[in-house]
Amino acid sequence: MTAASISATPTRRVPAGRLAVYAIVLAIGLCLAFAPFLFTDVRAAEVAARICIFIVLVASYDLLIGYTGIVSFAHTMFFGLGAYGAAIALKAWGPGWDAILLGGGAGVVAALVLAVLIGLLSLRVKAIFFAMVTLAAASVMLVLASQLSDITGGEDGFTYQAPRLFSPAFKLFEDADGKVLRLFDVALNGKVAAYYFVFLSSLVLFLLMLRIVASPMGTVLEAIRENEMRAEAIGYKVVAYRTAIFCIAAVIAATIGVVRAVWLKYTGPEVALSFHIMIDILLMVVIGGMGTIVGAVIGVVVMSLAQFYLKDLMEVAAEATAGIPLLPDLLNPDRWLLWLGVLFILLVYFFPAGIAGTLMNKGSAR
Amino acid sequence: MSGAILRLDDVHTDIGQYHILHGISLNVPEGGVHVLLGRNGAGKTTTLRTVMGLWRARKGAIVFRHHDITAMPTPDIARLGIAYVPENMGIFGGLTVEENMRLASTTGRFDDERLGRIFALFPAIEKFWTSQASGLSGGQKQMLAIARAIVERRELILIDEPTKGLAPAIIRAMIGAFREIATETTILLVEQNFLFARSLGRGVAVIDDGRIVHHGDMAALASDEALQTRLLSLSLAEHQ
Amino acid sequence: MNALLDRVGGVYALPVILAILAFAAIGSTSTWVTLTAAGLAMGMMIFLMASGLSLIFGLMDVLNFGHSAFVSFGAFIAASVLAALGAWLAADSVLLNIAALMAAIAAATAFGALAGWGFERVIVKPVYKDHLRQILITMGALIVAEQLLLAIWGGTPIAVARPAFLTGSIIIGDVAIEAYRIFALLLGLVVYVGMYLALNRTRIGLLIRAGVENREMVESLGFRIDRLFIGVFMAGSALAAMGGAMWAGYQSLITPALGQELMIIVFIVVIIGGLGSIQGSLLGAILVGLMTNYVAFLFPKLALASNMLLMMAVLLWRPYGLKPAVKG
Repeated sequence: MTAASISATPTRRVPAGRLAVYAIVLAIGLCLAFAPFLFTDVRAAEVAARICIFIVLVASYDLLIGYTGIVSFAHTMFFGLGAYGAAIALKAWGPGWDAILLGGGAGVVAALVLAVLIGLLSLRVKAIFFAMVTLAAASVMLVLASQLSDITGGEDGFTYQAPRLFSPAFKLFEDADGKVLRLFDVALNGKVAAYYFVFLSSLVLFLLMLRIVASPMGTVLEAIRENEMRAEAIGYKVVAYRTAIFCIAAVIAATIGVVRAVWLKYTGPEVALSFHIMIDILLMVVIGGMGTIVGAVIGVVVMSLAQFYLKDLMEVAAEATAGIPLLPDLLNPDRWLLWLGVLFILLVYFFPAGIAGTLMNKGSAR
Repeated sequence: MSGAILRLDDVHTDIGQYHILHGISLNVPEGGVHVLLGRNGAGKTTTLRTVMGLWRARKGAIVFRHHDITAMPTPDIARLGIAYVPENMGIFGGLTVEENMRLASTTGRFDDERLGRIFALFPAIEKFWTSQASGLSGGQKQMLAIARAIVERRELILIDEPTKGLAPAIIRAMIGAFREIATETTILLVEQNFLFARSLGRGVAVIDDGRIVHHGDMAALASDEALQTRLLSLSLAEHQ
Repeated sequence: MNALLDRVGGVYALPVILAILAFAAIGSTSTWVTLTAAGLAMGMMIFLMASGLSLIFGLMDVLNFGHSAFVSFGAFIAASVLAALGAWLAADSVLLNIAALMAAIAAATAFGALAGWGFERVIVKPVYKDHLRQILITMGALIVAEQLLLAIWGGTPIAVARPAFLTGSIIIGDVAIEAYRIFALLLGLVVYVGMYLALNRTRIGLLIRAGVENREMVESLGFRIDRLFIGVFMAGSALAAMGGAMWAGYQSLITPALGQELMIIVFIVVIIGGLGSIQGSLLGAILVGLMTNYVAFLFPKLALASNMLLMMAVLLWRPYGLKPAVKG
């Protein structure tokens, strides 16, 4: 996943910290590439696919927050539009590629249209204003999704079939006996195909984003982030650039939403639209490092592991403090978000560059 | 250099990543009008804002009478008796003329005798006393900005380009007002309009590229055309 | 269209126009009166929550995404106090009823002011002037506050006791209006008048209005704007908590999700009204309150979406809101 990321960045003399970041990202990329063969239990595939999807989602959010300094709370809305588009079509027309293309396409187009609208309406004014407008828009979308239950399944969401290629019963390759072929003891069935569908889609989108930030447009965006007035004075149309990147981020989020819908074969507010996803994205992008794109990879993996282990840790701590008032409540595994929130605040205070950003600055000239 | 009310000593100021003032050293003697001349972007406004504490000097010292005000918060600097009239005049448009004036008074009350003198200097202030300040004309706003600065006796008034965009008749009226104000206080005036500056100024300093390139008596500069051309040709060509 | 609107009272005519349109669509006078009263009452409670947010932003350019935490805490604290004073509430004496209600509102408001002080010192102060980190940190604080709320009160809905004299409705002819709504409306009006007087008749108010316009100039005139801001932040947070307390009594059943739901409405109100102005907040709150109630009656599923559409329409027409503060 990351061999390209190294060549995509202009290489003069790569500092040690930067190399470390690339090495970590490369290792994670390799793990994800061979996930079905490295981690054989069922849950691992789920986690790996979720990590792939979130890497794209978080990186596309980083395009926005890290490269333009604007905060949007509508990212899950775009993600959800893609997911619901594909899901509704799959439900209505049955499992076929035409449903994914048309339904998903409709979702992506809807996301694009909304992004253009919101961008033109509110990117002219202050960053804070934009944050409020996107938050309001996203909440309304969430409420709509739960209220229009005839189409969306309401709060519960709905399940459907993915194309036959992705069903566990499908045999990718057959051996002489007509049984599914096994490679390193892993059955090459539809589940593996589905995983690689997720992985390759994510990889393509991720490389596309690396390409965007390395392009002249990425340079202009960084100039705008550094000094908006100056960029405007030089003659860059700041609003146009911001709206453009907002639309690109929205389209990528919607596209990966389609992928998520196909992989999960279930779509509902909790997995596609909820505010919790938005908070996850925020935490991941800040932990990973804003304005780096590759930081998304680190942020997502760290958060996913933390969610997993923090709960265990808290379970232990809650039991240890059982006699003390209130403390066990605070340490209850259900309250893990509390501690992540505290961590988040501390990070924004003390390490606003995140893991990737802090590492990259180490050993560089400045 | 005794008798200086304000002293800047090798002041460096950065704005963002830009290094604007490259070691300004300046003495402003007590009393009268002193003019800071220079072309656009030379660092005049930055100098005033640095004195006021609105931008921070990275290096150097600013001394007002016996107080080192280099790192003092803006409100404390103002309380020492320094008034500031920014280039955009800093009028509160949503407030009435009276409220604008009342804010500038430390106690919130007016000295009637003083107010009478202000009204005599700027009749428009009295006329529009209860109107919203946003409705005033540019010249009237400038008068309000200056009236606000003298609602109480100040030690030092910093004024940034008061003639900018004003009609010649108003500028002429303003010269009279400034003369009168300067009888009781010290004015540090930033100007690009040399005619205006010449008719008021006692001392003059010319600033270019964040450095003082000349200082002395206004009279000397006014009579030495060669010096004027050398120092100011760039900035004054379009003003004369 | 603008000229016509100006002749009938400018943007302040909008709620009236909305009410007239709704009257035509609803057709029944008694229903319309009930809905209008509900809308106004809701509007006044939302106003309490929105005005503080708007003023804090106007003065310091700080938008506190954690503002709704004060609303939630206000609601839950009021509920707890009312539960503890259950005997007073049920008593036959109106005086005791009022005392219990006032104690609940006062507790919530006092908490809001104190927590606001801490919040400003710890969360907001280090990130003045840095919008990106400000949004992120106040958002982080909101997450933490909501989790604390869950840890203290649990996730299940809590029933809120209402004082006896505010239960039931007042009936005039064939129109029935809930007593609590009238109370909410009155309290909101009192707060509005109080804020109006404080802003327009006192020196502190003068400083705040000037500070909203041009912070730097106020400092150049010798006033410590940071001290002023702490006061405004505390007052704004206290008002939010008071709004939350009122809301708790109004809903009679509250869940921890209440803060998030209200935050959206409050944001829409502030955007519609224009950031930094009290009049704008009131106008936006009344508009949203009326809109929500009318639409909820006419097209039940579209209530929140209608507010969104209202916001979009206002932004198209006036990108800075209906009545933004004058910026110097």
